Amino acid sequence: MELQVTLQKRFNNFHLDVEFEVQGERIGVFGPSGCGKSTLVGLIAGLSKPDRGKVILDGETLYDGTKNLNIRPEHRRVGMVFQRPSLFPHLSVKGNLTYGLKRCSTANRKIAFDDVVEVLQIKHLMDRGVKYLSGGEKQRVAIGRAVLGNPRLLLLDEPLSALDDSLKFNIVPFLKDVCSTFTIPYLFISHSLLEMQIMTDQVLNLSDGRVLEKTTAEALVRARMGESMAGYMNLLRLTSPQPVDGIYAYNWGNQQLLIASGDNQPEGLFELLSTEIILFKSHPEAISARNLLQCRVIRTFEARHRVGVDLDCGGDGHLVAEVSRQAVEELGIMEGSEVYAAVKATAFRKLV
Amino acid sequence: MLGFTPADYSAILLSVKVATTATLLSLPFAFAVAYVMTYRRFRGMVALDVAVNLPLTLPPVVIGYILLILLGREGLIGRHVLQPLGIQLIFTWKAAVIATAVVGFPLMVRPMRTAMEAIDERLIHVSRLLGAGWFDTIITVILPVSVRGIIAGSVLMFARGLGEFGATVIVAGNIPGVTQTIPLAIYEYASSPRGDVMALSLCAISIAISVVVLVFHEWLARRMVRRD
Repeated sequence: MELQVTLQKRFNNFHLDVEFEVQGERIGVFGPSGCGKSTLVGLIAGLSKPDRGKVILDGETLYDGTKNLNIRPEHRRVGMVFQRPSLFPHLSVKGNLTYGLKRCSTANRKIAFDDVVEVLQIKHLMDRGVKYLSGGEKQRVAIGRAVLGNPRLLLLDEPLSALDDSLKFNIVPFLKDVCSTFTIPYLFISHSLLEMQIMTDQVLNLSDGRVLEKTTAEALVRARMGESMAGYMNLLRLTSPQPVDGIYAYNWGNQQLLIASGDNQPEGLFELLSTEIILFKSHPEAISARNLLQCRVIRTFEARHRVGVDLDCGGDGHLVAEVSRQAVEELGIMEGSEVYAAVKATAFRKLV
Repeated sequence: MLGFTPADYSAILLSVKVATTATLLSLPFAFAVAYVMTYRRFRGMVALDVAVNLPLTLPPVVIGYILLILLGREGLIGRHVLQPLGIQLIFTWKAAVIATAVVGFPLMVRPMRTAMEAIDERLIHVSRLLGAGWFDTIITVILPVSVRGIIAGSVLMFARGLGEFGATVIVAGNIPGVTQTIPLAIYEYASSPRGDVMALSLCAISIAISVVVLVFHEWLARRMVRRD
């Protein structure tokens, strides 16, 4: 997917003025609320009219202010999922799902109804009225409805923000699976860095109606590490858990991690904050933390008053830890030095 | 029953016929006006708003008189549109339909508009993005989602139509068996000596029809709530 956007729109006291070009399948639009993210996607979708500018999607001009060209939303083939599911209240789940499918020309129909229903696991809901669905089910139906419209670009406008934490990370795998299975590129809009880390490869960083930079979620998280109390969010995808004394052991690289929040599902996504990792210069004899990892320092980076430490933990295991400047000196942390990282089994938060 | 004359029976039937026809005739126009007032921004919106709601505040007799002037033999519409087509409206039951439709129009538009204003804008956005054009969206989203307002508006107009007097008497007259509706018949009985019993009987019929309409409306509304 290739998207070129130059847009200006002024209303009330707000002025959106953006210019960017992105290529890729998983693009994020990040920024605090009120920075113009939703306005931007509304303009790309054609739901409101810009003052001037240009929108070109995969070589096709959707809007050009100088030529007075403005393709109607129904002809743009751009799908959208909002914060709230916004399902049609007068239609059944099936009626909602097929609404876009019915209106999609046969030439553009590439996604089969049954496949989407299977990936989203909503087959059992089919004949229900939409009022009888839970929040997570509603959002899955909304995602299915957008995907079945066979869009060439999906605009995900904070699709997880209205869901509570546990539900949020339940929806994530569905969202990722459905987009990768049917190769639908998307713009993922959110103010959450964690969601950006999970959902995107590239990120447009928006602030006050302007695009500050084209970057990655990783770079943003590192830059923000010093500002946030939580620090850097390490995301670990771990497989094949084994129950051990009431907690779970997961394989990670060539080591094992003991995790209290584990369960019997074959795969899980865990969050480990950089502030939860303690570094030792040499092997501590005895320690209450259940995980002690031998690591090599790849590099260090500055983040405000803190120092981030990139660790190679063997195999493909990477972690980012965070220490104070004093600690760097005392431990003699530098590129290539060996350290031990201690992590409590309770420090991991299971997201998915 | 109750000693009704054939003319009384035809008044009862005519009332129902006029109110029903006026309601059905107005439905598409009222829906279109409610849609335009809710979703379109244009110059002259205030003028349209005032024009639609004017019958609510004008005396019905005034409306009747204006209609008479417009639709009559020498009127703007009467002379240039109706006469060449060979249509005679004034002093027929069709004139009563038009009078009823005009008087009840604001009552029909208002609940429709309220229902449309309550529709989540995103439903319309979603429908457009899923490939539905604006007309498709109106038929498949706005219409079914605002159906309660449409029913409420229809019931209001029907009920108002049963009671229409002032405008009807001017454009349709009070011809027993032809244009005489229940209110006109009651008026006639009330102003004639010893007509009290008949007037009261017609009042009872009028009340009965109104109760049936209101019960029907309530039943329909409850059924919809349950379906939701």
